[in-house]
Amino acid sequence: MFEDMSKSPAAWLTGKGDEAMVVLSTRVRLARNVAGCNFPPAADLETKKRVVGYFDSTVARSKTLADGFYVKASDISDLDTNFLVERHLVSPTFLNGEMTKALFVDSTERVSIMINEEDHLRVQALSPGLDPMGSYDLASRFDTEIGHYLEYSYDPDFGYLTACPTNAGTGMRASVLIHLPGLVLTREIEKVISYITRSDLVVRGFYGEGTDVLGNLFQISNQNTLGITEEEILHRLENVTREIIEKEAGARKRLIDEAADMIEDKIWRAYGILKHARVLTSEEVMNLLSAVRLGHALKIIDFLDTATLNDILLISQPAHLQKYYGSEMDNIKRDFVRAQMVREKLREREK
Amino acid sequence: MICQDCKKREAQVHLTQIINNEKMSLSLCKECAAARGFHSPLENMPFPLAEILSGIGAKMPSSLTKAKTEGLACKQCGLTFDEFARLGRFGCSECYTTFRESLQTIMRKIHGASLHRGKTPGLLETDKDSQPLPIREEERLEKQLSKAIEDEDFERAAEIRDKLKTLRGELSVNE
Repeated sequence: MFEDMSKSPAAWLTGKGDEAMVVLSTRVRLARNVAGCNFPPAADLETKKRVVGYFDSTVARSKTLADGFYVKASDISDLDTNFLVERHLVSPTFLNGEMTKALFVDSTERVSIMINEEDHLRVQALSPGLDPMGSYDLASRFDTEIGHYLEYSYDPDFGYLTACPTNAGTGMRASVLIHLPGLVLTREIEKVISYITRSDLVVRGFYGEGTDVLGNLFQISNQNTLGITEEEILHRLENVTREIIEKEAGARKRLIDEAADMIEDKIWRAYGILKHARVLTSEEVMNLLSAVRLGHALKIIDFLDTATLNDILLISQPAHLQKYYGSEMDNIKRDFVRAQMVREKLREREK
Repeated sequence: MICQDCKKREAQVHLTQIINNEKMSLSLCKECAAARGFHSPLENMPFPLAEILSGIGAKMPSSLTKAKTEGLACKQCGLTFDEFARLGRFGCSECYTTFRESLQTIMRKIHGASLHRGKTPGLLETDKDSQPLPIREEERLEKQLSKAIEDEDFERAAEIRDKLKTLRGELSVNE
């Protein structure tokens, strides 16, 4: 499954969109539960099957959901699931657990709906670049559509009811994936993170909750979901992100003003390793790619484009790499093949 | 895994360093990692829910929580308040009704507010005729407002007033 998908870039990594050199993507997810059914963590098998059944008939009846693919977790291999995690179409926790989970992805690959994760439904929209409002509008359109066929758990005081009270209210988590090498190199990142935290936003690593920072990529998302409207959350995220983009630009300028030679050296060394190495781990690629992305943004490397860098970032992930080459490989073989893929992608751009 | 340095505490920080082409892997506890100068920029991020829930028993005046939650179990899924405080997850939507009174305090600690102001679900296809929902909602909120003022819960009264203002703004736009 998904071999064709692996050949095309993910819709959220096209490199297009507002501020796409710094903000890789924007994601908005809405948590929803079906009225009268226990939340998945406390539901028995029958209840979870019933929820899947409700969604089956929603997919069958809705025109909005007619275009896309709908799969049950029991029909997806572990490799396929990892592939979907890397593509940010499902969360890492979609991996754990039993076979009552299901997934809908629309034909543009920008909307995905997870069934029976922590909540019955998690409707998510992804956009390239900085676009909180556009992402929300897309997610909300699917959410409203589903609401015509399913009755949601809703309370006038607490809003949309969710398994975890930290999601109740709007049920919305809006986030941006942002590349901040300048602030990391100038060691201003901690100050910026504490500023973000004071703005009621949260900072996490590449794959969200509980993950490490890789390749200077940070995820910023809203903390609160209750007592605040969707628009207020989205505006706050957008405004704070724009402030950080400015701070990042300032840090990059200082780096160039004060240590141009050092920075150029770091960037070209990273490029050299990516261009010539024969063995590369995915972490190494992510970290080297960060320096090359900085070089591209600073116009030190002028023959690359954001889309190629995003492409390498995505295909370097273990499951994507295996799908891309169409065979299962152990990690030793993967590191070798990954280096080959990176060389080929970079050679294409140098021509 | 045990920390490589102190060989006592559980290793929580896993590092891979490449120095002169030699790959070195380290597994350290937080204290030893800090001693070697490694720290993640994210490690000081607050984790509010665990703190709030573990603090519920200890920090909140017992007259407030104990009386309200003791012996209380959700009719639908059977979850008790203690279980909720431990798991941090509700079992079903009925839990929100069961623990409503203590929840207002908890929600204020988590979100700084306890009243939803965002999107409301559209009507199901079957009940499209029962249109005047906003007006019923206005009446319900007005009753809640008088009760909050009666109880001298002014924080809540202010929240309800804000919500009413938004709702009335929307009503006048629709007219």
